[in-house]
Amino acid sequence: MTVLPYSEYVPHDDALIVRTPARPRLRPRVAVRDDPVWVRYTVIALAVAFLGLFVVVPLINVFAQAFAKGIDIYLAALTDAEALAAIRLTLITAAASILVNGFFGLVAAWAIAKFEFRGKNVLITLIDLPFSVSPVIAGLVFVLLFGLQGLLGPWLAAHDIKIIFAIPGILLATIFVTFPFIVRELIPLMQEQGTEEEEAALSLGASGLWTFIRVTLPNVKWALLYGVLLCNARAMGEYGAVSVVSGHIRGETNTMPLHIETLYEGYQAAPAFAVASLLALLALVTLLAKAVLEKRSAKE
Amino acid sequence: MSGTSIARRRSVIPGFGVTLGISLLWLSLIVLIPLAALFLKTAELSFGQFVDIIGSRRVLHALQLSFGLSFAAALVNLVFGSLIVWALVRYRFPGRKLLDAIVDIPFALPTAVAGIALTNLYAESGWLGGLLAPLGIKVAFTPLGIFVALVFIGLPFVVRTVQPVLEDLEKELEEAAASLGASRWTIARRVVLPSVVPALLTGFALALARAVGEYGSVIFIAGNLPGVSEIAPLLIVIKLQEFRYADATAIAAVMLLASFLLLFVINGLQRWSEARTGRRM
Repeated sequence: MTVLPYSEYVPHDDALIVRTPARPRLRPRVAVRDDPVWVRYTVIALAVAFLGLFVVVPLINVFAQAFAKGIDIYLAALTDAEALAAIRLTLITAAASILVNGFFGLVAAWAIAKFEFRGKNVLITLIDLPFSVSPVIAGLVFVLLFGLQGLLGPWLAAHDIKIIFAIPGILLATIFVTFPFIVRELIPLMQEQGTEEEEAALSLGASGLWTFIRVTLPNVKWALLYGVLLCNARAMGEYGAVSVVSGHIRGETNTMPLHIETLYEGYQAAPAFAVASLLALLALVTLLAKAVLEKRSAKE
Repeated sequence: MSGTSIARRRSVIPGFGVTLGISLLWLSLIVLIPLAALFLKTAELSFGQFVDIIGSRRVLHALQLSFGLSFAAALVNLVFGSLIVWALVRYRFPGRKLLDAIVDIPFALPTAVAGIALTNLYAESGWLGGLLAPLGIKVAFTPLGIFVALVFIGLPFVVRTVQPVLEDLEKELEEAAASLGASRWTIARRVVLPSVVPALLTGFALALARAVGEYGSVIFIAGNLPGVSEIAPLLIVIKLQEFRYADATAIAAVMLLASFLLLFVINGLQRWSEARTGRRM
């Protein structure tokens, strides 16, 4: 009988143990999360099919319909006087929302993140309220306040101040629906960062405002920018709330989404989709910027 | 560190009174007083008037349609959202990052844009409507169309709520279960599922809350036939245009109360999830 050298014998034996199906519980740990191949492929296929059908196809359809009647119609739709007026109003609205909510966001985040006080959670919930209010109701509340039959309506009419069916109403409704976006991005980050850096600056003699500008602001710049992006996207795209307060005066109180509606209801599908393609592009750019910002803040 | 030293440390930072004051004032002006105006206006109605408005056939149907379809759409989002999360978190495949990014599109795409895109797509002359028409399925201008739009806008909520929880789920739990002889199916059901249940329910509730109030992406595809495909938010707009402020206010008050109730439930669910997984959502 030949005796195998130890070196040849052992691997053989090892292979035997690993392959033995009778002792599966000693198998290496890595296999625990491996689903069978058919499960894996089915789940991935369903996920891809669902997102493709419900999200990607509608998005592609926006651009396909925008160019369906040719590039001339596309460009004409974007350079039309009413379209330009709508784009202008949309830009003004977005800028106002960013400024107002950015200022509020920084102020409120400072109070909430840097101090402990009773009722803090209630305050955060109240700030979040506009997220859970239907856009239509967001518009309605301002009509109830400032409309002709509204609580302040008679007084405003007597002083010849127009809010509803005018630009102030559009600004108010947009600021309402975008209210939480910036502050929500700031609070968790500022809470995490604590107060030590600010205390160091203050103890070295910096003023409160200077500390905020030189210490706090640089620390939260990416979160602030991200909040601004989200606020901007929502402000430019808001439809329901603005639709209720705007009055749909073409060339005057139509924002881009309202202009899209006017065109679409007027059976001008291609021009409607042309304006819509701008907003769709904005959405894609926002998502791209979000991805870049997330990578950047992860690096820091 | 003792409590008193924390208090002294906190007091070094200036501006508490000013910033809190501005926050409260601004919050009141933009959000709280306008919302209070709604309830003030509702309070002008007698109880009988309120019941008459809400109990009318058209209003009841709109509310039923809004809540019923939103519930159904949130359920679909729950099922397919879970599948998508599982694929994104547990598997590595080409295009995974792209798939992950696509999930956010319904968040980012303005509702009016989504509305006309879906309507055009599912109209009989559209890409998908044309395919479905020979089968006798009509989507655009029917309640089915509303359902499709609500599925579209609710999708990211489930995925983005459940995804971080599943990512953080510790491998050791599943390994322990496997080493004790549990099958894959048993592990999924008895170990993974209980850990993500609060997140699943939160995502479901968020999708539901969004769908109930949704307007822009729905009204183009709905057809808006009173008593058939008229949703509650649209009915508010119609009543406003007819200058029937009392009707609009009463419907809005019911919907707002429902949103507050959902918000309350969502907050509770999030606390439950934090307690179970030890992470903040």
